[in-house]
Amino acid sequence: MRRARPAYWRIVSLYAGLAFLYVPIAWVIAYSFSGATTAGVWRGFSLKWYAALADNDALRLATMRSLLLAALAATLATALGLAAGYALSRHSHFRGRGSLGSLLAIPLFVPEILIGFSFLMLFVAIESVTGLAVGKGLLPLVVGHATLGMPVVASVVMARLAGLDRSYEEAAMDLGARPLRVFLTVTLPLMAPALASGWLLSFTLSFDDVITSSFVAGPAFATLPMYIYSSIRVGVSPVINVLGTLIIGGVATLVTLAMLASRDAAGPARGRL
Amino acid sequence: MNANRPPLGALVTLSWLVVFVAVPVALVLMLAFGETADRIPPIAPLLEHSHGHLVAHLTGNHLGEVLRDPLYQLAFANALRNAVETTVLCALIGFPIAYAIALAPERRRRVYLLLAILPFWTSFLMRTYAWIGLLRDSGPLNQLLLAMGIVDRPVHILYSPAAVLLVMVYSYLPFFILPMYAVLEKLPRDLLEAASDLGARPAYVFRTVTLPLSLPGLLAGSLLVFVPALGEYIIPDLVGNSDTIMLGGVLWTEFFENRDWPTAAALAAVASTLLIVPTLIVRQRMAQARAGVSA
Repeated sequence: MRRARPAYWRIVSLYAGLAFLYVPIAWVIAYSFSGATTAGVWRGFSLKWYAALADNDALRLATMRSLLLAALAATLATALGLAAGYALSRHSHFRGRGSLGSLLAIPLFVPEILIGFSFLMLFVAIESVTGLAVGKGLLPLVVGHATLGMPVVASVVMARLAGLDRSYEEAAMDLGARPLRVFLTVTLPLMAPALASGWLLSFTLSFDDVITSSFVAGPAFATLPMYIYSSIRVGVSPVINVLGTLIIGGVATLVTLAMLASRDAAGPARGRL
Repeated sequence: MNANRPPLGALVTLSWLVVFVAVPVALVLMLAFGETADRIPPIAPLLEHSHGHLVAHLTGNHLGEVLRDPLYQLAFANALRNAVETTVLCALIGFPIAYAIALAPERRRRVYLLLAILPFWTSFLMRTYAWIGLLRDSGPLNQLLLAMGIVDRPVHILYSPAAVLLVMVYSYLPFFILPMYAVLEKLPRDLLEAASDLGARPAYVFRTVTLPLSLPGLLAGSLLVFVPALGEYIIPDLVGNSDTIMLGGVLWTEFFENRDWPTAAALAAVASTLLIVPTLIVRQRMAQARAGVSA
């Protein structure tokens, strides 16, 4: 039998592609350690911008806010996505199944600017009907980001359930376990990697979100990405390089751990498909 | 027990989606027929009780304006062209990468895939920021071009349609690589080997076996790039100029700067209509292609 030998162009395109993906990231990281007052100018190794970041109260507040928001939204998204994904993959016939699937696809297939706009309209409508100030602060952001993350978690859950051997659940049922107990002690642990990557994906979605937050939160409740976005509009700054390095480093560590844990490199990202 | 009764999880999530997706989208579509008002929020109530009459404030003006105004037509045309160009370039660049990963030895495949996916997880905003740094007149790209003597003065790449396209392709590339890889990974190797054993040349095998079988991935990847690209706001805003006025940008300006919510809603309504058609076509094609592969 003839073995396909690795074509030269394949290796070239792979490494050129990876270089294209990583050069900009390397630029952000490298210049976060520069002592110069302008970003992208090298004047000796220095950690002074890291110190400057630690002293910036507005930035610290925005970071704390965004971390809390992302954690809450990801948790809610995971609970909702699990429920939706489980219902869709384990119950093939029920009334409303089609609507659930279609509504779940909307946040994935509609540009975020439309979704963010529509969230705000909902909160404006609720406020004008009830007079309650629900459209301010953390609550609408958590709800909005959880809704964006939910379809992602649902797809990850469905992908995992599709590949899951049902004989474990059947064995538990044959041994007399009730459905709820089977779900809690057998199905849920088997789905743990999917839930972890779904949570992580929702977390990063929220932690990176500018558009929905800008519509829903308003300038009084600026999240970290909103803060970064408004500073980038003005130009480059070494503090932003430092922030970028910290965010990229944190996310890269978490994602690598999640992928190693799930033993399926594509698993977490399949959620977006 | 009624088999058609929805499970509890489905009921909860369906209600959630109705309240937080269906109703909001319907509100925006309704608002497209609304009127502006000098108040907070800056819109007239669609229905109002005044002097014993129920008055409806409805108008098709905003929708008409959005469809007729040359500025909006330009914004739609720019967004559409940009989305098409981004999709085509992502496919041309992403396919060889996905193919190379899929055909790499088993153990390396995981590492390559991880490397290809990681940027997609890291801050999208930061990656756009990085390009501002790289493309500036005094940035590394211009320094390199100057040092190599290719140009004698810095090229103004940043704040141009080319910069928008470059950053768009960069940001959306992983969206294409992933579904493409997922399909290529499952390509039956024995089929490819059989074709070449029977004497087919690589180009012929590619055209007659690889390409048709990878169509579902190609379509899925293209859709995943095209849809968000059409509504993209941040990249044209950060690295574009007045020639890159796009759908997202005009919507943003109408909403946040002009506080003309009905016009923003009308733009959103037209955009959603434009998006539904390609989405439905591609999803149908994908279903057909999937059926074809499994058959």
